[in-house]
Amino acid sequence: MTDVLLQVSGLSKRFGGFVALADIDLDVSTGERLGLIGPNGSGKSTLVNCISGTLRNETGSVRFDGRVMDALPPHQRTRLGLARGFQLPRPFHTMTLAENLRIPMLYVVEARGDTVAGGVDSRCLALLDMVGLADKAHRLPKDLTQIEMRKLELARAMAAEPKLLISDEAMAGLSHHEIDDILMLLIRLNEQGVTIIMIEHIMRAVLAFSQRLVCLVAGRKIADGDPQAVVRQDDVVQAYLGS
Amino acid sequence: MKNPLFIVWLIVAAAVTFAAARLIDNSYAFFAGYVVLQYIVLATAWNILGGYTGYVNFGIPAFFAIGAYSSVVLHKLVPMPLPLMIVVGGVASGLAGLGTGYLTLRLRGTFFSIATLAMAVVMQTLITNWTFVGGSRGAYMIRPAATPYFGLDYIQYLFLIMLALSVIAVAVARAIEHSRLGYGFATIRDDELAAEASGVPTLKLKLIACTLSGGFMGMAGAPLPYYVTYLDPASAFSLSYAVNTIAMPLIGGTASWLGPVIGAILIGTLQQVATVTISSALSLLIVGLMLVGFVIMAPKGIIGWFAPKEKAGGRVP
Repeated sequence: MTDVLLQVSGLSKRFGGFVALADIDLDVSTGERLGLIGPNGSGKSTLVNCISGTLRNETGSVRFDGRVMDALPPHQRTRLGLARGFQLPRPFHTMTLAENLRIPMLYVVEARGDTVAGGVDSRCLALLDMVGLADKAHRLPKDLTQIEMRKLELARAMAAEPKLLISDEAMAGLSHHEIDDILMLLIRLNEQGVTIIMIEHIMRAVLAFSQRLVCLVAGRKIADGDPQAVVRQDDVVQAYLGS
Repeated sequence: MKNPLFIVWLIVAAAVTFAAARLIDNSYAFFAGYVVLQYIVLATAWNILGGYTGYVNFGIPAFFAIGAYSSVVLHKLVPMPLPLMIVVGGVASGLAGLGTGYLTLRLRGTFFSIATLAMAVVMQTLITNWTFVGGSRGAYMIRPAATPYFGLDYIQYLFLIMLALSVIAVAVARAIEHSRLGYGFATIRDDELAAEASGVPTLKLKLIACTLSGGFMGMAGAPLPYYVTYLDPASAFSLSYAVNTIAMPLIGGTASWLGPVIGAILIGTLQQVATVTISSALSLLIVGLMLVGFVIMAPKGIIGWFAPKEKAGGRVP
């Protein structure tokens, strides 16, 4: 667990005059389950976008698996093993569920020169089975419910066989039971060796999941450590509840 | 159906088409048929970028005219057989497509379309002011009376060449559709951000689509000077090429290779018939009315009527 997989150092991002992220340092070890919390607008999604390459950070750098990734476009970062789910699910809406999962297999796994274990078709079904969507393999995403959409998003991220998975509010708007469902999935993935960063507003889920918790407020990291200690920290409480 | 088998079927269909045209034994059949075939190539080419990746290109006349004018240049400088000219024209317009793509593909949606429209205007201005290819006066092309091949007269030869080009264009479009590339194109159409996150190199794929699309449009344009025998910028850059080429895939359906073919045959034939029986000015009106009708009644085009319900408008694996 001392092996650093993702290393963010001195990362800043501004939109015009607005500083979205200021001097963020963050290390994530291989196999870790990290929770990332913060009030709305605190820069969580911006941080994810900078790590995954959708946005370019002005200063600082992102190292992943020993490589500096700053100049790489998002698809190359995905090929190196960094997968993300989007806050609002973004399925390929003209493709069936199975085809949705096929894309990362064709463009990540096979593009790396690896072969998909057991063949693409059966791997698609296996992944859909893992998230409980096997019976809808040949349906279109528009037939899915909100939670199924989130599960598809997760399955598609997993189809890229990532080393690090960033789950961006995969549980917002879901019921108690559905949250447990997704939580179980994520923990199972972690047990299979995938490092996971979970961004979440739902405290019960974050606390159940995280081994370590990081809190962002107004673009700054104000806390990093044991989850129970972080949520009791004065400035964290203040950011959420006001003083 | 596997690709080689499909190509055999395409060639059979083409042979039947040619035999039928020979049976009619009227050179006007070849004149009219050439235009329909030309639109099959144009519509198929447009659909590679517009239908598969969702980037709507209004600059069709530019690519088409680059092909046509490259033949004019070659005709004056280094005369060569027409098939070679088509290759050169295709390469020239393919490179133009690549360049256009590189400059404009960071724009999305309507902005991309407007940029391509501007490109066509720029290209027309350049050609109009280039006296070597005739400038605004236009260029005359003397075509040989007969061809060295099987005693065909020249219009039959042009027809045959355009037939071969449509076979190639359709075969390429279908091969793309069922390949890794086709899946990549479709992800770009659906959601570029998600495509990148799934490892799809979107910029590279868009450039490939632009190059292929532009290249085939140029190939469709390369024989044009020999067909019309007099080429001027106003007709080479005619707006009707853009309108027809976009309307045909939209009416036929953009999701698969068959849509542009159906659209081109349907509208192209209707226009030719109307030109002969009523008036040539009617042809654009036909397209306009059909487009309005189809947008309302069949937003997924004619193939949308026949696609299985669940997969309507989707990709057939």
